[in-house]
Amino acid sequence: MASLKDVKTKIVGIGKTKQITKAMNMVASAKLRGSQQRMEDFRPYTGKFGDAMSSLSGSMDPEEFPLMEMRPDIQTVELLVITSDRGLCGSFNSNVFKVTQKLIAKLEGEGKKVTLVCCGKKGARYFKKTGLVRESYIDIMGSFQMFNARAIAQDLASNFLAGESDEVRIIYGSFISIGIQKPATESLLPIQPVADEGEAAEGAGSDYIYEPSPAEIMDVLLPLYLNVKVYHAMLEVGASEQAARMTAMDNATKACTDMVTDLTLIYNKARQSAITADLMDIVGGAEALKG
Amino acid sequence: MAETIRLEVVTPTGPVLSEDVDIVTAPGYLGEFGVLANHAALLSTIMTGVLTYKQGGKEENLMVNGGFCEVSDNKITFLAESAERGKEIDVNRAMLAKERAEKRIAQAQQKKEGIDLARAEGALQRALARLKLGKS
Repeated sequence: MASLKDVKTKIVGIGKTKQITKAMNMVASAKLRGSQQRMEDFRPYTGKFGDAMSSLSGSMDPEEFPLMEMRPDIQTVELLVITSDRGLCGSFNSNVFKVTQKLIAKLEGEGKKVTLVCCGKKGARYFKKTGLVRESYIDIMGSFQMFNARAIAQDLASNFLAGESDEVRIIYGSFISIGIQKPATESLLPIQPVADEGEAAEGAGSDYIYEPSPAEIMDVLLPLYLNVKVYHAMLEVGASEQAARMTAMDNATKACTDMVTDLTLIYNKARQSAITADLMDIVGGAEALKG
Repeated sequence: MAETIRLEVVTPTGPVLSEDVDIVTAPGYLGEFGVLANHAALLSTIMTGVLTYKQGGKEENLMVNGGFCEVSDNKITFLAESAERGKEIDVNRAMLAKERAEKRIAQAQQKKEGIDLARAEGALQRALARLKLGKS
């Protein structure tokens, strides 16, 4: 059995760990509120944006826009993997890694080349050894800025237009609820025409005055659409990360409590048996003196 | 009381404005344009500049940073990357930004490496719009 002092040291150590995990849990829950608010704020923008896109794309021919070009022979697929910059958030990032690796294996099995663009330090580090990473953006997940998303979107688009990649997909930890975060895969490029909800087909949405021409508006809208998508994914990852950390830290705190209880039991038992042994010694000594 | 049109300004960080106004003047791609109540459906890209609207004889200004706007059903919606009110604008900062942007553009025109002309021009436009609004 471990000595009394060893057990005591352990109890104190775990108690301190518990304090840290508890604090991290609280910090994560405070940050989660901020991230969720940001997602809320962004929703009206995406909603309106989608409306405008669908009212436009009804009268559009996808062939006209290089960003919408469907290439018949897809050779290179680029994956934008969005992870967090920091760890200690349970299996949040490793779930994304798993999905990504499965997808890479599948695509490579089909004879396609895969390149990666990593956003977030964790993903950049993890995929470094695969040698597939073309570009990585780190330390930007903390500050939710639209221009970060724009830089990434522009890079992806120019690579696509240069013919370096034929298809771009995005993998990120989507936020379903505080309890559930799931890796999600979405196609980013070529941009798929937004499905009309019957309205434009009837001609009700197509009597717009366009200024300048619809095609020129599309030229402005399509890159913006990419920004919106990337930014949206980044916001979701931000919220998911905090939610995952909250859960992970809550579990860690609980585990600490359990361990302290167990160790205290061991400690008390050890203390008791030490006292018993001491008493036995004294009693034995007194008996010997008597005799 | 004349008829009004609903003006909404939405940015990625949330809705900025939602009010019933008499007239909206916006920096369109082909120049400024005004929108009154019951305007025909319109979709236009907008430049970085100053958006003006009148409400009951009172004129208000807003700086919008690029994007586009949609008019339909007596409602005008601006989707801008950012929007600022006059009182939120720091004139001194905008002044410095303008000088910096002008310098960068001059450098870019001399074909110096590492200067993004499009970005510098964007910065200059934003600074000019802020100055125009901040001083008024």
